[in-house]
Amino acid sequence: MTALGKLFRTTAFKLSLAYLVVFAIGAGLVLGRIAWNVKGLIDEQISQTIDAEITGLSEQYTQGGIRRLVYVVEQRTRQPGASLYLVTTFAGQTIAGNIGDLPPGTLDRPGLTETAYRRPDEAEARHRALARIFILPGGFRLAVGRDLGDRETLRVVMGRALITSLGWLIVIGTLGGLFVARRVLRRVDGMNASARNIMNGDLSQRLPLAGSNDELDRLAINLNAMLDRIAELMAGLKEVSDNIAHDLKTPLTRLRNGAEQALRTAKSPEEYRAAIEQTIEDSDSLIRIFNALLMIARLEAGGTGDEMAVFDVAEMARDVGELYEPLAEEEGTILAIEAEPGLQILGNRELIGQATANLVDNALKYGRTETAAGLAGDVRLVARKAGANVEIEVSDRGPGIAPDDRARVLDRFVRLEGSRSRPGSGLGLSLAVAVTKLHGGALRIEDNQPGLRVVIALPLAKLKLKSAPERDERYVPQALPEATT
Amino acid sequence: MPDMRILIIEDDVEAAAYLTKAFREAGHVADHAADGLDGYAMARDGTYDVLIVDRMLPKLDGLSLIGGLREQKVETPVLILSALGQVDDRVKGLRAGGDDYLAKPYAFSELLARVEVLARRRGNGAAEPTVYRVGGLELDRLSHKLTRNGREIAMQPREYRLLEYLMKHAGQVVTRTMLLENVWDYHFDPQTNVIDVHISRLRSKIDKGFDTPLLHTIRGAGYMIRDGSR
Repeated sequence: MTALGKLFRTTAFKLSLAYLVVFAIGAGLVLGRIAWNVKGLIDEQISQTIDAEITGLSEQYTQGGIRRLVYVVEQRTRQPGASLYLVTTFAGQTIAGNIGDLPPGTLDRPGLTETAYRRPDEAEARHRALARIFILPGGFRLAVGRDLGDRETLRVVMGRALITSLGWLIVIGTLGGLFVARRVLRRVDGMNASARNIMNGDLSQRLPLAGSNDELDRLAINLNAMLDRIAELMAGLKEVSDNIAHDLKTPLTRLRNGAEQALRTAKSPEEYRAAIEQTIEDSDSLIRIFNALLMIARLEAGGTGDEMAVFDVAEMARDVGELYEPLAEEEGTILAIEAEPGLQILGNRELIGQATANLVDNALKYGRTETAAGLAGDVRLVARKAGANVEIEVSDRGPGIAPDDRARVLDRFVRLEGSRSRPGSGLGLSLAVAVTKLHGGALRIEDNQPGLRVVIALPLAKLKLKSAPERDERYVPQALPEATT
Repeated sequence: MPDMRILIIEDDVEAAAYLTKAFREAGHVADHAADGLDGYAMARDGTYDVLIVDRMLPKLDGLSLIGGLREQKVETPVLILSALGQVDDRVKGLRAGGDDYLAKPYAFSELLARVEVLARRRGNGAAEPTVYRVGGLELDRLSHKLTRNGREIAMQPREYRLLEYLMKHAGQVVTRTMLLENVWDYHFDPQTNVIDVHISRLRSKIDKGFDTPLLHTIRGAGYMIRDGSR
């Protein structure tokens, strides 16, 4: 497509053209209307003047007869800017006046008429006049009129004005349309070029902005925001795959080595059995890591959000606390649960329960300190209202996390020194973060002085909530074969 | 629970062969269908105690198959096997008419325990008894009173629910995840041995001071409550 062809095809140009046509029709209508009204006004004025003169002249005739009339008419025709007059006999013979001739028969029709006329010094009837024919008692005809030259001039001027202005309108409109189209086209071409580069793999590029904050800019801003989000997700995906590659290889190697070792050294069935059991255990822990990773990736992609319902966080906290309480007791840890009643939020109870369980699990694992009586811990699980949020807080009195490590510990697979010897995938906290984000909340790590405090803040359910979604969404089955009995 | 008739609808031939063999070794009858349409026809026309349905099947997907069977008033319990283990996938599966859901990869012991529980649910069309009895242990579901050999044992509400579930499935293996699902209503994997501690607490209440233990640990699988003297 040629550059000009492209220009003519732009929406901007087509719109300009359409506006041009509409505007031209409008201008024509306005000018026509004005011309029509002016003509009416002129005709009205003329006929009033004529009527006044006729009245005057017929009075003169009544008082002084035809002589007097002829005398007055001749007087009047000599004045400058005079009206047109004609007095004839009933046979049409001119007695007085400044009209040379009227078309035949005109004088026999009394009343107002628009007609051509001949001036006395001319050979043909070249002018037009508006005239009133009056038949005087005695059969004399009296015609009084005004020349319509002024009106004609006005019509011609108006017509010319219309044609000239339409011409200019078309020229300016077309040029303006082309100008606007070219500007828009240049910006759209810029966007297209950027989009092609991005499609070709340069995800760091963004659509250009003109800085005018017009609709094209706003479109570009939104598309750029979309690209940011896509880039973020891609980076997340890459990170996940890097982490999977890195951190699944360790347990896989251990699994493989164990099996190989057994093959090489085991002698009795018991030894083989032990090796196989160890292999199953190792693969179970691999599956667990894999599931957790998949789940985190899915949560971060915004999935699993369609199972949201209103539930009570306090109840959930008590349930989770109660689930872990015997384990805590066995490990010499006091697990205290405090939950304010009525903490309704819109969310996925299962996921938030799992996030909370992960935090409690971590606190029980890492939150213990050496005492005279061995390892002991003091873990508190609190659910409370804080402003417009519901907070789930899990705190311990253990060694805590140094301020520098607090952000890092939220990353996947990060297990701080000293915790590597203990079981766990290092994914518990990342999963809690992903769950919190999915619910539009925030997870923060604080110093419990001493110890660690992890707080999940989730927005409270708004009062007029849709309650738990109806479970009537049926799965629509595919077409099934007819029963063959 | 011997001699269940199980239909395995699974397109992975190797996995199906492994399952068929394992179920036969456990004393059950297992048939195999390799695609959705075959599976649908066999499930509709045959008499099975449990169907094991893979979600992704050639010709007719698992959820459509279940929906079709339910429309034909075939109420055979269905366990859905799926590589998709996420929360909403499970909910979708159960909504489509499945009775239980197990994500791949799974331990066979877990599958067997769940299938046996499902099959028994079908066998017992009658209402649940108001009193569960195992050995000398009696759980009154109306008064929530627990006695062993006539001696009353005090219980926490959660211990009651735990024991109720175990006794409802007396003689059957109940896995840790089944307990977490049915007693706590959570479907995640409780990485640590939380359930074991609950069980050992319960065991100390009902078995301590008696000669025959009733609450048994089944190695590599889960727990079972049964009258040890039989």
